[in-house]
Amino acid sequence: MSRILVCIKRVVDYNVRVRIKPDGSGVVTDGVKMSINPFDEIALEEALRIRERGAAQEVIVTSIGPADCQQQLRTALAMGADRAILVQSDAPVEPLTAARTFLALARREEPMLVILGKQAIDDDNNQTGQMLAALWHRPQATFASRVELMDGKATVTREVDAGLETIEIDLPAVITTDLRLNEPRYVKLPEIMKARKKPFDTLSLQDLGVKSSPQLKVLRCEPPAQRQKGIMVKDAQELVAALKRKGLL
Amino acid sequence: MTARVLIIAEHDGAKLNPSTAKCVTCARALPQPEIVIAVLASDGAAVSAQAAALTGVSRVLQVDHVANAHALAATWAPQVVELAKGFSHLFGPSTTFGKDLMPRVAALLGVPQVSDIMAVDGSQRFRRPIYAGNAILSVESPVDMAIVGTVRVASFEASPPGSSAPVEKISLAVELPNHTRFVSVSSGSSDRPDLQAASRVVSGGRALGSAQNFKLMFSLADKLGAAVGASRAAVDAGYAPNDLQVGQTGKIIAPELYFAIGISGAIQHLTGIKDARTIVAINKDAEAPIFEVADFGLVGDLFAIVPELEKLLGEQ
Repeated sequence: MSRILVCIKRVVDYNVRVRIKPDGSGVVTDGVKMSINPFDEIALEEALRIRERGAAQEVIVTSIGPADCQQQLRTALAMGADRAILVQSDAPVEPLTAARTFLALARREEPMLVILGKQAIDDDNNQTGQMLAALWHRPQATFASRVELMDGKATVTREVDAGLETIEIDLPAVITTDLRLNEPRYVKLPEIMKARKKPFDTLSLQDLGVKSSPQLKVLRCEPPAQRQKGIMVKDAQELVAALKRKGLL
Repeated sequence: MTARVLIIAEHDGAKLNPSTAKCVTCARALPQPEIVIAVLASDGAAVSAQAAALTGVSRVLQVDHVANAHALAATWAPQVVELAKGFSHLFGPSTTFGKDLMPRVAALLGVPQVSDIMAVDGSQRFRRPIYAGNAILSVESPVDMAIVGTVRVASFEASPPGSSAPVEKISLAVELPNHTRFVSVSSGSSDRPDLQAASRVVSGGRALGSAQNFKLMFSLADKLGAAVGASRAAVDAGYAPNDLQVGQTGKIIAPELYFAIGISGAIQHLTGIKDARTIVAINKDAEAPIFEVADFGLVGDLFAIVPELEKLLGEQ
């Protein structure tokens, strides 16, 4: 059976203005709205569309994190994933540990594709997909804006600084998604009810033989330097004059 | 303690990308750095010569191989791993090139990566933005292993030419995968100044309303000798190609002069421009968040203001 493994991360919702903890140890996440990382939602949508086209039979969604990640996995099941695997870890894991965990799942489930977001909007690391592909010794197609599957290969268009790059990769492979790959569907209420009956496994890192040993020590978290609000000008003429005075024109 | 730094050059086969010179400046902030640049290419002679000229560089390793014609991470990473022996720091730019390649290198080495280094506070201490730049994290990497880093190019000036380091040709006995193949690349804006290197940038947002109207940005940019950028909203709507996107998930830029036109200033956009020297905002909504960070703000109809600006600039 050809499967797709989709990795999602529970993150502070896109619309929340984050606050830094007074002790500088991180940002406030208690009592804050949490969501599926938007890039991972795009990854899931792409996997669902591939399955709906008949190019895959099963979409498995997985997440690493505390028990609360169940909410995001349930949402993913409601969107259309067939089953979910929560790898429970109360301490946050670094990208390399996440990649090792997904590698263990990839070896177990043998997916033809692993799709995940290019970055999570909390840590902005942009590492996990590439690290998984490296450990798995399989191709990576990062920052994908178009994916076509044919004959055990994928042709992927990637959003790169120079424009759009197209590469061809053999499957199985890892794809990380960019914003314009698709627009994720909305979840309908009946789907939420149906999702409750879908298979849901909970594992630990130990179950998968993964040891989490954080290597980067966080010294502190602080607010960024703020730009000063400048002046308002009344028209184009005043603007040009002001820029000239500053030696910018 | 000496920091032995290997920087992976970004280039197009002929020209060294300025992002590499910015990585050199970042590396020079490490204690007692010894900086080596690796040039992987099909024929890297020209690029190696440019790399060898950068101030602070002590050596260039030129790895010519037909498979290196395009920067495929799966092909380059095992070669970088082979070159990495004896280095304490492996740096690449935090551009799509470096973001693609460096984590693959880190994983093969089994070491962590620090993404988007914006400041160096010691041989193992770095600062980096998280949450779209809403928080700055200081991290410390272990002393007993190499560290991989991507350098936030907007945070560093380019190291100027002024050196003539030796270039060493190297051939590596590494098996390269053939499961990843380059097909093509197309640019949406190849005839324009490079967005990431330009000293002036004119960016347009959703308020432009159409791809046709977005051309206003190009004609204003021509008057200013500026590159053109766009907000995510403008790119999503199809007004501008993806390679113009500025922000958290697009390009992070630091021009001398930035025009945000019809851009409301979502936090994800602001993170891409916070290092701009001067920000000019033109928007019809006086409450738009862009005005909170703009050095010069002008409230009004962009379709009236932009042509007038062009006219005034033409009179100079």
